[in-house]
Amino acid sequence: MKKTARSRVLVVDDYADAREMYSEYLQFSGFDVVEAANGMEALQRAVEDRPDIILMDLSLPVMDGWEATRRLKADGRTANIPVVALTGHALAGISEGAMRAGCDAFVTKPCLPEDLVREIRKVLDAPAGAAQRKLRRSGKHVKAIV
Amino acid sequence: MARLPAALSGAAGRGRRARANGGLREVIGSAGGRQPVVFGSDSLAARLRLVEGFLPRTKIADCAQYALHWLGEVHHVSKSLCLVRPGGRQALLTVGAVGFPTAATSSFSVPLDDWSNPLVHALTHCRPVYVGPAHTAADRRRRPSTPFDDAPFHVVPLGALGLAEEPFGLLLFSPAELPAHVTWFAGVLGQKIDQILGLPAVTDGDRGQARERALLHSIINAVTDPILLTDTEGRLLIANARALTLFAASEEASEGRRGAVRMNTMLLSSALSRKAIEETGAARRELLLVNPADGSDLLFELLSTVTHDARQGTGVVSILRNVSDLRRASEEIEENDCRPRVAEVQARAESDRLSLIIDSVADPIVVTDAGGATSLMNEPAERLFTVPARASATVQRWVQANDAHFSSFIAGMLVSADERRVGEMALMDPNTGEAMPVEAIAGKILSEHGELTAVVTILHDRREASGKSQLYEQLKQASDELERKIQAATADIAHQNELLRRQAIELEQASALKSQFLANMSHEFRTPLNAMLGYTSMLLQGVAGPVPASARRQLGRIESNGRHLLTIINEILDISRIEAGRMPLQISRFKVDDLLSEVKAELEPIIMRSKLTLTTSVPKDLAPVSADRQKVKQILLNLVSNAVKFTHQGGIMIRARRSERDRTLTLSVADTGIGIAPADQEKIFEDFRQLDNSPTRAYGGTGLGLSICRRLAQMLNGRLSVESRLGKGSTFTLTLPTQGRK
Repeated sequence: MKKTARSRVLVVDDYADAREMYSEYLQFSGFDVVEAANGMEALQRAVEDRPDIILMDLSLPVMDGWEATRRLKADGRTANIPVVALTGHALAGISEGAMRAGCDAFVTKPCLPEDLVREIRKVLDAPAGAAQRKLRRSGKHVKAIV
Repeated sequence: MARLPAALSGAAGRGRRARANGGLREVIGSAGGRQPVVFGSDSLAARLRLVEGFLPRTKIADCAQYALHWLGEVHHVSKSLCLVRPGGRQALLTVGAVGFPTAATSSFSVPLDDWSNPLVHALTHCRPVYVGPAHTAADRRRRPSTPFDDAPFHVVPLGALGLAEEPFGLLLFSPAELPAHVTWFAGVLGQKIDQILGLPAVTDGDRGQARERALLHSIINAVTDPILLTDTEGRLLIANARALTLFAASEEASEGRRGAVRMNTMLLSSALSRKAIEETGAARRELLLVNPADGSDLLFELLSTVTHDARQGTGVVSILRNVSDLRRASEEIEENDCRPRVAEVQARAESDRLSLIIDSVADPIVVTDAGGATSLMNEPAERLFTVPARASATVQRWVQANDAHFSSFIAGMLVSADERRVGEMALMDPNTGEAMPVEAIAGKILSEHGELTAVVTILHDRREASGKSQLYEQLKQASDELERKIQAATADIAHQNELLRRQAIELEQASALKSQFLANMSHEFRTPLNAMLGYTSMLLQGVAGPVPASARRQLGRIESNGRHLLTIINEILDISRIEAGRMPLQISRFKVDDLLSEVKAELEPIIMRSKLTLTTSVPKDLAPVSADRQKVKQILLNLVSNAVKFTHQGGIMIRARRSERDRTLTLSVADTGIGIAPADQEKIFEDFRQLDNSPTRAYGGTGLGLSICRRLAQMLNGRLSVESRLGKGSTFTLTLPTQGRK
């Protein structure tokens, strides 16, 4: 089920094989893909390329995924972009930490490309998420409606 | 009235003329006198003074005035008059007065022819008269006119009372109290005046004789020892003043005094009469008399001499010397003589007691004199320093050696200035021949002048002390050893504790490190595995283009092995999380049939491949349960996977049952597989345990699955058990509380 308007996904992962794998599969699945290898790049891309969703690995050099997510959510320009956290760390507390940092969903590695796409679509199609997204894009009306 | 002893009353009654009687006037108090005679030895000195005062005086007025002053001084007579009748005159003239104005007395005289005058009466009757005070006119008429006016006064005739001759003067005095010795006073004064009155009539030779007599008389009177002259019958002829106090008493004297006087007279007479009859010449004997003044005993030494006079006949002169004091003194001397003897006896008893004490002291004690010679030693010392009878030569040598040691010690002590010295000596016990080290404590005993009188040495056997000190030393060593051991043990325990604590910390750190390491490794494993599985999946999906069937089959192998590897990694991670206590529970309420559907769905691919049947049996009304859904699912997945793995044909049944009685939910997974021998049925739950441990084992897996399942079941307050028969199959049952973890 392809969408007429291609959604743009920012894939943030320092491990090139994984990043390129997900990018390739996302493009295969009909998404626009922008890549970033660390948190700082992710912030830059998020501002410049305006993705619809960000796939964020948490263990990153320069700036880790938690910090990057906090900054994205703190920045008015990017706060409305949903963030799906992705980590190979399976220890307890990781997912809670990610949610506190502002992540909208949490996916554990290993994660098959098709499972990831399914998760991305779920987040994008979520009615609350969609409504929120629209409202946030037209920030002027947020207060009026809320 | 008590009768006087015959001898004395005879003497008293007769009276004698003084001049005819060798110049000594008899002065014994008359039995007819009425005034009480007061004796008192205290006034003896005063009386002697009076008599002495008369000696140089030759004029009547001079003597009278002197006597009256004496009376005033000694007896406190404030007013007195002395009247004398000069030879041939029929009137009494004033010769002396004290306490009156001169005008009142110089012209005062008493005519002797007025018989109604009480003064004349007193003179003629030779007795004292008391003239009472005049209160009325009638009183005054009865009273003579005197310088005393209306005051009362006494009238005493001058001259010895009771004498045959008529008195030649009067003594008038006031106040009313009749002084002591007034009789004696009147006698002495009268005698003196009589002496002066008679002087012009005698020759010079007579005058010298009379003076001599007066002197003798005075001397005798002044002698404090009683002097008496008695006749051969014991009658008293002459007595001096002191003798009168013992042998004469007036009728007015108290009964006791008179009795004493009678007693004394009797005692004296008896002593003298015998004396006079039996012996001649001087002799001494004791005579016990009674003091008439106070009734006390007086002891006299009686010295009597028989005098022979041609005219007077034989008489006895007796001198009594009071030896009461002497007796008392001699008694005291005797007593004093006795005292040192008592002290000596006491000292001897003290010395005996001291010896006893010294002998009872177990330590040898030796007392040495200043020259170094032994003056005293107790029995323990004797055993050391004296040779016992029949002693062997060896013993003698020992004793001599001891003696030499001790002598040397004492010699050192004697020459040194120290008052105390403590030393040690190596003596021998003569009884046993043992060496006997002693401690010697010597002290010098100094006299009050600081001269050395003795040295006392106490020897103390050191053997006992050294034995004790050895024992003490051993005890102390043992105690020290024990203390050291305890300290060492304590230190060791502390060290061990510290080690354990460190080990615990290290273990904790190691465990944390291990968990961290495993977590890291898990991450590191997952990252490449993620890429491998991802690309395999993409290839199989034909992302890169169509894949031939043979390649597809191979890609399938890659995928299944990758998944297996992932399972292993997850299991290792789970074990490490459980062990590190980092496996949190998330209790939720869920429906069992939903959970079983999920399990079935997830395992469908491998079930399909195994050609086994998987059936579930859940009661339709099974209520939802509270538990950690994820953990329960993990356990079921593991159990079903195992069942698939070890079952080659047949089927697998998942059965859910709820027991309201036990409030439990049981989920059982039964297979028709190879089964487990009873002996192995517990081993399968151990870590890393697969029953076939050989390298060529038929079944894969980490061997951690059941171990993790049982631990998870326990975390959920449940249990995991197995029932199995070899070749028939196994049934694993998970029992969980329906209300989740308490």
